[in-house]
Amino acid sequence: MLSIEHLTKMFGGLAAVNDVSVHFEAHKINAIIGPNGAGKSTFFNLVSGMHQPTSGKILFDGVDITTMRCDHVAKLGVGRTFQTTNLFEQATVLDNLIVGHRLRTRSGLWDVLINSRRLQAEEKECREKAREALDFVGLSHVENQFIADITQEERKRVAFALALATEPKIVLLDEPAAGVNPEETEGLAELMKKMVKTGLTVCLIEHKMDMIMGIADKIMVLDHGEKIAEGTPEQVKSNPVVIEAYLGSDEDAAA
Amino acid sequence: MLYKLGTLFLRPGTKYVLLALAIVFPLIAKNEYQVYVMATAFIWAIAVYGLNIITGYCGQLNLAHGGFFAIGSYALGLLTADYGWNFWPAFLAAILLSAFLGFLVGAVSLRLKEHYFAIFTLCVGFIIYLLLDKWEELTHGPIGVRDIAAPHGFGLVDFTDTTPFYYLVLVFLVLAIWFIGRLSRSLMGRTFIAIRNGDELAESLGINLMRNKVLAFILSTTYAGLAGALYAGMIRFIGPEEANINHTFDIITYLLVGGIGTISGPLVGTLGIVWITQSLQFLEEYRMIIFGPLLVVLVIFFPRGLVGSFLTWMHRKSQELGPAKKRKASKVTPSATREAENNA
Ligand SMILES: Nc1ncnc2c1ncn2[C@@H]1O[C@H](COP(=O)(O)OP(=O)(O)OP(=O)(O)O)[C@@H](O)[C@H]1O
Ligand SMILES: [Mg+2]
Repeated sequence: MLSIEHLTKMFGGLAAVNDVSVHFEAHKINAIIGPNGAGKSTFFNLVSGMHQPTSGKILFDGVDITTMRCDHVAKLGVGRTFQTTNLFEQATVLDNLIVGHRLRTRSGLWDVLINSRRLQAEEKECREKAREALDFVGLSHVENQFIADITQEERKRVAFALALATEPKIVLLDEPAAGVNPEETEGLAELMKKMVKTGLTVCLIEHKMDMIMGIADKIMVLDHGEKIAEGTPEQVKSNPVVIEAYLGSDEDAAA
Repeated sequence: MLYKLGTLFLRPGTKYVLLALAIVFPLIAKNEYQVYVMATAFIWAIAVYGLNIITGYCGQLNLAHGGFFAIGSYALGLLTADYGWNFWPAFLAAILLSAFLGFLVGAVSLRLKEHYFAIFTLCVGFIIYLLLDKWEELTHGPIGVRDIAAPHGFGLVDFTDTTPFYYLVLVFLVLAIWFIGRLSRSLMGRTFIAIRNGDELAESLGINLMRNKVLAFILSTTYAGLAGALYAGMIRFIGPEEANINHTFDIITYLLVGGIGTISGPLVGTLGIVWITQSLQFLEEYRMIIFGPLLVVLVIFFPRGLVGSFLTWMHRKSQELGPAKKRKASKVTPSATREAENNA
């Protein structure tokens, strides 16, 4: 589904992602872990086309998307969430979600001017898609609330819904469970499993090990931009290099 | 109850009441001067609506807006005074020129983000001022342009009179608001708002940033040019000062006070401030002593302007009333939420 070959991204002299090759399979939950600053978010930025890689290749469903612009990549079916999501606080949840399906519509200025049939149909379609996504993440009941008035966990779900409204084939989730309590983390994990069940491929970055080990089919470990391990949760857990990297980074943090 | 009173403003009929008031205004005005002030305020409001597209909805602070207003004025002024064009072809040309220059400036400047964009457009605005002031062969320099044609009335009306001109401006204002209303509710308006919330998220939703930003920019300069051309047709004497940055700041102030990113905000802000300024005229320069602090307080306590804060408050209230009451007041609440959507 997603094949990465020798991907490298330099920021000045810093190799934020360094010669990473990996393959993520369809209909699986793939996880990326690693200490802070390991290059995880940068990896997502490269895949989604937000940053251009310095070298290497990215194949999505057999299509070379290495140098493709972000909005094109999204249209091909790569949805994503961010570590922090900026939404329109003084608008309702539903209002924030309607634009999610915009990339599948074609109405332009002329349609707006004459309020064309196409525009009306597409607006209806976007609204339905938004409701559908909202229902999927279990938030139909907050549809009419302002973003400013919903909880942290609900915000996370709204971010999911927004990505889902784009009709993606794969979703890249950047620390979806950061800042929510253990119980809610469990709920978000369930939601990811549900996504996979409906035919999506999930790729997530997470620091919460319990959750990752519980749901991931495959884990890639990054450290200082390099892939230091990959495999099933069991393989990764018992990998001495991984243990070393995590203990090392813990010491760094303590110092 | 205040909330009940508030729902009155959200009724769909409210706009027709306002329109009726605007139509009878020249009849109830005390003197011609008041009609004149109102017509000027309407012209500024059109310019403010333009800024609202690129800055309010799309989130890009354009400091060249006054410059495009001046371009509209000068295009109309020079074409009619120096080149003998009739008003209406010149009017159309002025609007098209503003749109075209908007395209050129937008395509370059929108590659820059946030404050870099703001600073770049500040420079563009200043360059426009310099051109108008220094390029004497074309613009007459500091002397300005005189003898600008008034709108041609086709023998039916005389637009050199204040009241007919007032109605002409009103027609354009209504058209301007009508289009913004349609735009902001449409998928395109939502696309602009998504860009305002953040480039990265918008891009990841498959939105072509450049195309949409440039489009918003062109729309905004078109509005500015339209307002400028109307202004030239009314005053019929213009100078490089039309491009003074102060005009841009005035426009921004009207927008902030009324409510950035809302439909009625630009009108509320412009009319409110123009009339308050008028009524404080006896204080002359000292009126800024009252006005300045008032503005600061407003921006601190109502960051979304009068209209934005009002809509937020109404929404909270309608949520508090709960589902039981909501059903009872079903006539009101859906329209309230719809309006909140509209003003999103
Ligand atoms: N746009 C950028 N310009 C320059 N350096 C960057 C940029 N983005 C990231 N970096 C650097 O690249 C490195 C990797 O950052 P990245 O955000 O990918 O880490 P991460 O693994 O997501 O960390 P975290 O767990 O804290 O989110 C860091 O050293 C960071 O400072
Ligand atoms: Mg990160």
